[in-house]
Amino acid sequence: MDWKKKGLWLDFEMPIVELEERIQTLQDSASVRGMDVNEEVERLRAKASKMGKDIFAKLEPWQRVQLARHPRRPTTNDYIHFIFDDFVELHGDRMFRDDEAIVAGMASLGDRKLMVIGHQKGRDTKSNIRRNFGMAHPEGYRKALRLMDMAVRFDRPIVTFIDTPGAYPGVGAEERGQAEAIARNLREMSDMPVPIICIVTGEGGSGGALALGVGDRIFMLENSIYSVISPEGCAAILWRDGAKSKEAAKNMKLTAKDAQKLGVLDLIIGEPIGGAHRDHEAMSREIKRVIQETLAELEVIPINELLDQRLQKFLDIGVFEESGKS
Amino acid sequence: MSWLTQAAKGIKALTSQKKDIPDNLWRKCPKCSEILYHRELDRNLWVCGSCGHHLPFTTEQYIGLLFDEGTWAETHRGITSKDALDFKDSKRYKDRIKASRQKTGKEDAVITGRAQIGRIPVSASIMDFSFMGGSMGSVVGEKIARALLDSLRHREAAIILSRSGGARMQESLLSLMQMAKTSAVLARLRKEGIPFISILTNPTTGGVTASYATLGDINVAEPGALIGFAGPRVIKQTIGGDLPEGFQSSEFLLEHGMVDIITERRNLKENIERTLHWFVDNRDISVLRPPRG
Repeated sequence: MDWKKKGLWLDFEMPIVELEERIQTLQDSASVRGMDVNEEVERLRAKASKMGKDIFAKLEPWQRVQLARHPRRPTTNDYIHFIFDDFVELHGDRMFRDDEAIVAGMASLGDRKLMVIGHQKGRDTKSNIRRNFGMAHPEGYRKALRLMDMAVRFDRPIVTFIDTPGAYPGVGAEERGQAEAIARNLREMSDMPVPIICIVTGEGGSGGALALGVGDRIFMLENSIYSVISPEGCAAILWRDGAKSKEAAKNMKLTAKDAQKLGVLDLIIGEPIGGAHRDHEAMSREIKRVIQETLAELEVIPINELLDQRLQKFLDIGVFEESGKS
Repeated sequence: MSWLTQAAKGIKALTSQKKDIPDNLWRKCPKCSEILYHRELDRNLWVCGSCGHHLPFTTEQYIGLLFDEGTWAETHRGITSKDALDFKDSKRYKDRIKASRQKTGKEDAVITGRAQIGRIPVSASIMDFSFMGGSMGSVVGEKIARALLDSLRHREAAIILSRSGGARMQESLLSLMQMAKTSAVLARLRKEGIPFISILTNPTTGGVTASYATLGDINVAEPGALIGFAGPRVIKQTIGGDLPEGFQSSEFLLEHGMVDIITERRNLKENIERTLHWFVDNRDISVLRPPRG
């Protein structure tokens, strides 16, 4: 990754990036002249770290949206690379075509073998076109379902990585039953007799995100978001003004903390200072630890109990008032 | 009963009285522009006599149409929206709810109940588009989940009549999760051999289509209904071109394999009754065919 490309940084990160550049320059020139600058470097590093903490402690919801969509943010393939061994990608829904907006395959993690599925965004225009910006068609969700079914038949747990603006809204998608493909995944995932862990890593956009999001545990990375529609879409509909996205983002309560307060989340996975994109490897290590711990926890629960708990988990989601009796 | 529900009941009575004396005796068919006399429309179940377009039917009209007389018993009353997100666009969500309750006399966008169709017991949910576009938030999700659990408990067929713009934006993530909640109960029905008939009416889109509405063992649609995942406007914007003729209509969905039956409103009950008979015990239609083994 080219860390110098300024276009790929967000405005509010620039102070940290600039400070880090200064550290780099100092180290470079010191090594050329054989000077000892360790003390100064340490001091600047501490400053950068504090600056990072301060900036990230008071992020606006809209800034979280930007971080969740950060062009440098790790994608599913990055996580797969750092977390799992022996990944074998599998392709196609056996009905129409292979949808590259979703990657899926067999993998191992220590002694465990599992099925890994996630939305895949691109990093540049070319790869984003190939990945359709992480917006799946029905065949993507059907590929996911086919492989989850296989995981069930061979008693392998499932881990999903959620990072999509939403299901693709197009003519072909509607013709091939986008709604039904999503709905079927919701129904099937709710009752699959293997442990399922769902991790929102970036954008948890609407039904397209939820189609990989029904499981025993729902986790969100600290700077990920999860909502029923994009802030832009919400602004266009409710404010009739797409420019009100910031206001919409604030109202929609789409951050990980909000999701936890609403009773949807099981855990927020902390990100490295400055966000997951600052250290893909450290982020992956943390996710790996959480997956391993959670699987150990889920594996000992008898399967019927696990399924009852999963159903109850979703039955419990919702906030309303109830008066009297029916 | 809280004073709120009492007030709501009072309002309901008022609006239904008002319907007997409409300000407007004439209605223009939104499709063919034919001028229709309201008594004629009533006789025709609010279907245009000229072009067959199905105009909106009220929840009470559907209850009267679908279920055997006197068998409908409403369930799960008294569940109302709470503004968990403290949501405000041009109006507060709280105020939108209040206004919708006053306008419709309903508690939210769905009414659930138990009833019979041709003496076959069912548990049913009827959505209502006039309440915030029939959108699904926590209340709709909860009531539908409970009605489906009733089906499970009493071993009786489940019916949901949908008409909805989708998940309710003002409850964002909570609304989204109602899709998973309702679909999760449907998984149990499926496992226990309880049939689910989904009726799709105009319009059914978004999160409702992408959850229970397309998950019927049998999906039945009224003719000419708009049914889809993304709204036509969004798709048009995304693809930057015109949409094919008849795109996202009931007929389009039938052609693409997403619905089983399109039926005119006047045959709706008969068609549903006929399919229900296939699921019940031959000797006793009041019980479902027992599971094997």
